[in-house]
Amino acid sequence: MEKDQDKIISDVTTTEYKYGFYSDIEMDRIPKGLSEEVVRLISAKKNEPEWLLEFRLKSYHHWLTMKMPTWPNLKIAPINYQDIIFYAAPKERKNTGNIDDIDPELKKTFDKLGIPLQEQKHLAGVAVDAVIDSVSIKTTFKETLAEMGIIFCSFSDAVKEYPDLVKRYMGSVVPYTDNFFATLNSAVFSDGSFCYIPKGVRCPMELSTYFRINSANTGQFERTLLIADEEAYVSYLEGCTAPSRDENQLHAAIVEIVAEKNAEVKYSTVQNWYPGDKDGKGGVYNFVTKRGMCKGENSKISWTQIETGSAITWKYPSCILRGDNSTGEFYSVAVTNNHQQADTGTKMIHIGKNTKSTIVSKGISAGRGQNSYRGLVKVLKNATNARNYSQCDSLLLGDKCGAHTFPYLEVDNSTAIVEHEATTSKIGEDQIFYCNQRGISTEDAIGLIVNGYAREVINKLPMEFAVEAQKLLQISLEGSVG
Amino acid sequence: MNEKPVMTEKYLGLYKDNIDKISGRSSPFINTFRADAFDKFSKLGIPSKKNEGYKYTNLSTFFDHDYESYFMPVQADFLKAEKFRCEVTDLDAHGIVLLNGFYPTLKEKLVQLPSGIWIGSLNEAAIRFPEIFEKHFGKYAKSETDGLIHLNTAMASDGVFVYVPEGVTLTRPVQVVNLVQSDYDMFNQHRNLIIAEKNSNFSIIICDHTLSPQKFLTNAVTEVFVGENAHFDIIRVQNEHNNACKITNTFIHQERNSVTSSNNITLHGGLIRNSTYHILAGEGAESYSYGLFLADKWQHVDNFVNVDHVVPNCTSNQLFKGVLDDMSTGAFNGRILVRPGAQGTLAYQKNNNIILTDDAKMDTKPQLEIFADDVKCSHGATIGQIDEDALFYIQSRGINKREARLMLMFGFAHEVIQNIKIEPLRDRMDNLVMQRLKGELSRCASCMVKCG
Repeated sequence: MEKDQDKIISDVTTTEYKYGFYSDIEMDRIPKGLSEEVVRLISAKKNEPEWLLEFRLKSYHHWLTMKMPTWPNLKIAPINYQDIIFYAAPKERKNTGNIDDIDPELKKTFDKLGIPLQEQKHLAGVAVDAVIDSVSIKTTFKETLAEMGIIFCSFSDAVKEYPDLVKRYMGSVVPYTDNFFATLNSAVFSDGSFCYIPKGVRCPMELSTYFRINSANTGQFERTLLIADEEAYVSYLEGCTAPSRDENQLHAAIVEIVAEKNAEVKYSTVQNWYPGDKDGKGGVYNFVTKRGMCKGENSKISWTQIETGSAITWKYPSCILRGDNSTGEFYSVAVTNNHQQADTGTKMIHIGKNTKSTIVSKGISAGRGQNSYRGLVKVLKNATNARNYSQCDSLLLGDKCGAHTFPYLEVDNSTAIVEHEATTSKIGEDQIFYCNQRGISTEDAIGLIVNGYAREVINKLPMEFAVEAQKLLQISLEGSVG
Repeated sequence: MNEKPVMTEKYLGLYKDNIDKISGRSSPFINTFRADAFDKFSKLGIPSKKNEGYKYTNLSTFFDHDYESYFMPVQADFLKAEKFRCEVTDLDAHGIVLLNGFYPTLKEKLVQLPSGIWIGSLNEAAIRFPEIFEKHFGKYAKSETDGLIHLNTAMASDGVFVYVPEGVTLTRPVQVVNLVQSDYDMFNQHRNLIIAEKNSNFSIIICDHTLSPQKFLTNAVTEVFVGENAHFDIIRVQNEHNNACKITNTFIHQERNSVTSSNNITLHGGLIRNSTYHILAGEGAESYSYGLFLADKWQHVDNFVNVDHVVPNCTSNQLFKGVLDDMSTGAFNGRILVRPGAQGTLAYQKNNNIILTDDAKMDTKPQLEIFADDVKCSHGATIGQIDEDALFYIQSRGINKREARLMLMFGFAHEVIQNIKIEPLRDRMDNLVMQRLKGELSRCASCMVKCG
């Protein structure tokens, strides 16, 4: 069995990142570096209104006063912000929104990634907004959705067509002063998705954004704003990949969610940015601010994430439970292999009465990966009957990796019940032996155990993604018992 | 932490003004640590809330106050200490009384018990047993983040020294009573060194009391060395008035196959901070860390535990509980660190808290940092109330609600107390906790001060 394991481990560590190709697309790039001119230039390129430029400049000037935080359990090589291209977009042809007008090379790229830009029949259940580098290429099923009053478009379009909605909600959950990377994003964000579900509408299909970094030396700074009005429901998916490169690329995004009274938002992420090679060279720095606000009564926000990519992941999808009886959920599987590092978790801020939150976090570390869960559950004084349950499990595969848990529980109310539990262990030899004994190979046994371990989270994903996630897990980890 | 707050300046000044006086009275070996510790303290300062280890504890209410410092013991004080008698009359122990951080005896400063154990003043031990002393003193109390430990090393000059030679089993525990008594608000520090050599077995009880109603600030460091196969228990009972601040830092260094337990019972105190560091440096070592606090009024109790698994095949277990009433606040910070290569580690941690009022607040921060794969580690933390179903169950058997609540709370606290191995002390603690829960312990036991 020892031999088997060695073979499996070497298989795992040599598994190639299959999305690492680069497409030769004609690009429109601005010069490297960050300055007030660059911020103005990005704004001008996008023909933005004055108020948005002001927002960007305000953020930029605030960013200059900030320092990169050092508290996470991560080793980050210094980032030179003057060496990054802050805006890169495929050269525009005619902007008619017609599929035939899209660069065939681009279309090929997305076909290769398995993301349909055409409204194909077999994937009719998913509407996609495809974002490459700094801009959104194509949003499918826009018309079908529009019939129901649902707005699903690129952020730039939203600024032009629905300025009132954008103005009202942008920065209401993640203010421009929030943190170092959120402020940077507020200054230079390029594009992203915008979604508005009107009162009482249940979105009939999965909405999805696919992010692709293609150009070298660029940073990706997108911004997603999701608003579910009263009684609305939406399930939203996000996926991402990048070419394999030797240098680290920065991805600093913001996701804001607002759920009004009785609304429900389900946000799922399958994050598969380029993780760097087996020696830890290259890979994407994934520093994302994600936050949802349960604004109205009985609202619900649920985050599900499968984190398998990125050299460094640093993000905490959070819920502010402001409305009475509102619910926040966080389900996460984070996998770190080779030299990957992850510092991820959530914050649940209980403000309203009878608010509930659930946290299930599963970390899997292999190779030299370091995986940290960092979470905060805070119950404010007026949050009567608040309830939280957190569970953080870590699985260790290999003796060089690490798993860490840093939960913070702050309770200011006597009726609150807050529970946290965490375990760390490796796959038991006896578990594998049990499977072997029943004729299951060591490799399959580990796949079985890891999948069972992550099942609780994967089950929360929409069907289309669950399959992909399961495959991803298999690729990243299959059999790497230490 | 670059800009030094005024608060830190005050203690820096205190050092500069008094170092000659302090050094003059201390053994040369203890003095060799002072300059370096002072340097470190001036860099780190008094921990603020920005310090991760003190995130939930605001020290400024006690540190930002003008105290007289107690550097020189006076004979008259010693006489008072001589008069003090422990209330636990059936506790058969070797008693030592420490007054304001000094070993106050008019007779012998270091005594040998029949079994060969040495007990007495730290300063005296540094002079009488340089070899043993130099091997252990200053070796375990280390910190890169907590300035208070360095403040203690820089200025403390006395405390308790206990030396248990190889193979000695002590059936009677050693009891150290820390008294603070003065006519003015007072800041004092003391330093203890406990050495349990190979195959020895003994327990120590440390009781903290206040004898006068003045505002007190005590910053203590205890270093413990536990040799191979040795068994060692430390029990700390804190019963001080609401105007006293007690900071204890205990470092327990364990060698191969040793077993230790630490038990912190906090009944009363204005601001209490207990930091316990368990260093498992020999294979097969086991450590148990327990803590219980009952806080009310404006009290604040912070338990900080750091278990460091340096070598493979060690076991650790933590159990900390708290009951918070009135406007009290509590904090728990427990960390399990499994270093690379420390395979076969078993580490558990449990923290349960009950909040009784809406004005009370509890913050807890259990942490696991694991760098080895063949481990079983877990932690659990809860903050909540008494189980309504359990309450109903007891009531349905004809017991009134008040009594039922008391029973449940007592059971909650007893889970910690039952780990005290010394029977008379355990009974006494059960008794005190019961009184405390009933609200009858408005006067601290064996304390002459009425604290409202």
